[in-house]
Amino acid sequence: MSTVSLSPSQRAWLRFKRNRLGYWSLLLFCTLFVLSLGAELISNDKPLVARHHGQWYVPILHNVPETVFGGDFQTPTDYLDPFIQQQFAKEGNFALYPPNPYHHSTINYFAKEPNPSGPSADNWLGTDDRGRDVAARLLYGFRISVLFALALTFIGVLLGVLTGALQGYFGGKTDLWFQRFIEIWGSMPELYLLIIFSAMFDPSIALLLILLSLFGWMGLSDYVRAEFLRNRQLDYVRAARAMGLSNGQIIWRHILPNSLTPVVTFLPFRMSAAILALTSLDFLGLGVPPGTPSLGELLAQGKNNIDAWWISLSTFGVLVVTLLLLTFMGDALRDALDPRKAEK
Amino acid sequence: MSDALLDVRNLRVAFGGKEVVRSLDFQIAPGEKVALVGESGSGKTVTALSLLRLLPEAAVSGTARFAGSDGQADLLSLSERELRGVRGRDIAMIFQEPMTALNPLFTIGDQIVEVLQLKMGLDRAAALARAIQLLSDTGIPQPEERVKSFPHQLSGGQRQRAMIAMALACQPRLLLADEPTTALDVALRGQILDLLDGLQRKHGMAVLMITHDLNLVRRFAGRVIVMENGRIVEQGPVADVFARPQHPYTRSLIDSRPVRDVQEPPRHGGAPALLQARGLRVGYPVPLPGLRGWFRRGEFVAVQGADFSIPPGHTLGVIGESGSGKSTLALAALGLLPFTGELQVDGGNWSRDQVRNKALRQVVQVVFQDPFSSLSPRLTVEEIVGEGLTIHAPTLSKEEQKAKVERALEEVGLTEVQFPGLLQRYPHEFSGGQRQRLAIARALIVEPRLIVLDEPTSALDVTIQKQVLQLLQRLQRERSLSYLLITHDVDVIRAMAHEVLVMKGGDIVESGPVAALLDAPAHPYTRTLVQAAA
Repeated sequence: MSTVSLSPSQRAWLRFKRNRLGYWSLLLFCTLFVLSLGAELISNDKPLVARHHGQWYVPILHNVPETVFGGDFQTPTDYLDPFIQQQFAKEGNFALYPPNPYHHSTINYFAKEPNPSGPSADNWLGTDDRGRDVAARLLYGFRISVLFALALTFIGVLLGVLTGALQGYFGGKTDLWFQRFIEIWGSMPELYLLIIFSAMFDPSIALLLILLSLFGWMGLSDYVRAEFLRNRQLDYVRAARAMGLSNGQIIWRHILPNSLTPVVTFLPFRMSAAILALTSLDFLGLGVPPGTPSLGELLAQGKNNIDAWWISLSTFGVLVVTLLLLTFMGDALRDALDPRKAEK
Repeated sequence: MSDALLDVRNLRVAFGGKEVVRSLDFQIAPGEKVALVGESGSGKTVTALSLLRLLPEAAVSGTARFAGSDGQADLLSLSERELRGVRGRDIAMIFQEPMTALNPLFTIGDQIVEVLQLKMGLDRAAALARAIQLLSDTGIPQPEERVKSFPHQLSGGQRQRAMIAMALACQPRLLLADEPTTALDVALRGQILDLLDGLQRKHGMAVLMITHDLNLVRRFAGRVIVMENGRIVEQGPVADVFARPQHPYTRSLIDSRPVRDVQEPPRHGGAPALLQARGLRVGYPVPLPGLRGWFRRGEFVAVQGADFSIPPGHTLGVIGESGSGKSTLALAALGLLPFTGELQVDGGNWSRDQVRNKALRQVVQVVFQDPFSSLSPRLTVEEIVGEGLTIHAPTLSKEEQKAKVERALEEVGLTEVQFPGLLQRYPHEFSGGQRQRLAIARALIVEPRLIVLDEPTSALDVTIQKQVLQLLQRLQRERSLSYLLITHDVDVIRAMAHEVLVMKGGDIVESGPVAALLDAPAHPYTRTLVQAAA
């Protein structure tokens, strides 16, 4: 017998790691996510650092007027302007541009073809119909999608676990009324409400988050409720009650940790559902405010400019890879938490 | 033995490289009754299933020559198609749990008829007549009606009879019976055993009975095979093996009958009773059928009119079959179920307010039956055992708590020497008996005066059961603990209890001092219980 004792969650993690596909999907997804968090360093129209006439500048942090670099106006510098680039090319001057020198909102006025222009050395994945770099928009769009999905999943899990725990632990009347409430709430036409609300309020990410959260907790709540119903009549809970623990202590110490399996298993699937929901709403034009980089908005552009294959194809690719990685992670997680395998 | 019905040589079964049956050799003669005994995990069920190759993931090797109706054949090398001819017709099997072994969507008649049509080639009408005949052979009343019943409409005993009727449908030469009575109530076990015995004699078939119950072996079998860890350690005629066991393991099995080792009569001295019940009654709300159920709920009375008292240092045994209300009685005594009537614990009463119950909770603790569900899988040993201290002695420092936890574990025979890193271990690293010790330590740590033991040993192997009972007896002597012992096992009652209550259908049908009650039972129900256990 080994002297190191592993908790059930540690053993589940080991089983998860043994699934190569799921484990590598997790690593890859996390890498992509971390990279996208630093999107400003990777894809930006401002140099990371610049040196001009012996002075150091950090343009991505501070706005520098064009006059500093020999321009005519007090406006913020357009670093993609050939004149400014000539200034930096001079002896003693220097500018370190990010690998992809476009922000998601940068319009490439210097493209050689009309918008949308195809992939080139300047714009790796071409530009959209307003001359913005598709690669940059994908990177920022991915970040927004994942952040939105994380937030939505977090809120949904919180609400779902809370309501499920209350129903399952107290049972009886509490359970009965809550279930009826969920039935009514769940039969509301979610999409129509979204359309109505997006007409009533200014579209924003926060509004979307609130609206989708209102309807997103019910599925999970049912699972948590079932787990609580099962666990609360097991002997270890009875023993805890006989010991004199309060309801709160029993829920927190005993039942909750043993009821989280469905919650954890569904995390990646909830993430991918959230990404898809945001994408679909954006595609329909009900989602994020105009100008926000979003995968759904890119897909809509791809539909409107069917000849500009680089827009739809690249967006489609990013979506597929993201959802696939999440699905692989979900599968591995489900296997790792499978009670039949955990017994062994 | 060339005239053997079944001749097994060098049988090995492995699951994923782990060998669970190692080199088994045994024979069964036609019409012989053989018992395969061993504790859980010794490989007895796997042996039986592997003979019919019913374990798809297992790697089976060796030979098993069987004299079937189509002549000699090696069961382990037959093709799947040929083997199907043997299964059910020459070799039949009955399982432990009749509820899960019967298909809930078909009537038992349909299920027996299916076997007869497939294996014997009877037409439906003939098969149905035969099925009714078979059911009546197994002693099911009104077999003409019962063939139309679904499994859930039968009682546990009737279900097992139906299973037996199905197994015997084709008059097999060998019947594999895997713990056929374990899931049944004590009173029913004897009946099923007698039934098997009679049918065996009538049809002249051989029976391989898999069991862990030595009483059953003694009553039923002619020859016994003892297995330990996938090996046969001893085999021979039952009388010989029981009279002169050769192997130490066989000896420990035979000696595993619980021994009475309690102080009696304990000091009474007019001490006030620790637990006193008068007219205790517990009912559950149940839905009523039909329209009435919309407005009112019925009540199922689980316990009524229970009067008893437990003085300090005494054990009150409660015995009865499943559904007799004995576990409900235990939960009521713990204050975990609402009840009516009078119940005094150490002079106090359970209240609805959990905070006011705190003092009483320290007096009464509990040990449950199932050692697997009674410990939270996600807490360490230290957290599980120390939990009572955080409630009842919150002023103790971390070090004092830890010392107390270690002392409680030592009391139940779990030490750091045996299990390095004991306190940080999780329940899944312990066996059933060790988990039960953990559960006892969890109860002991708050220094209770009464422990409710709800079937504390019925999920354990016999040798482990004896150890746990000895532990409970020692703790009682040292701390003059009182026990409320719930069990269905007369042997356990005989070894542990001072007074006994016999429960049936929620009523206490008989009570009194253990020796008097068990030696001269007045109520017919008590008599069947005592007889079944003899």
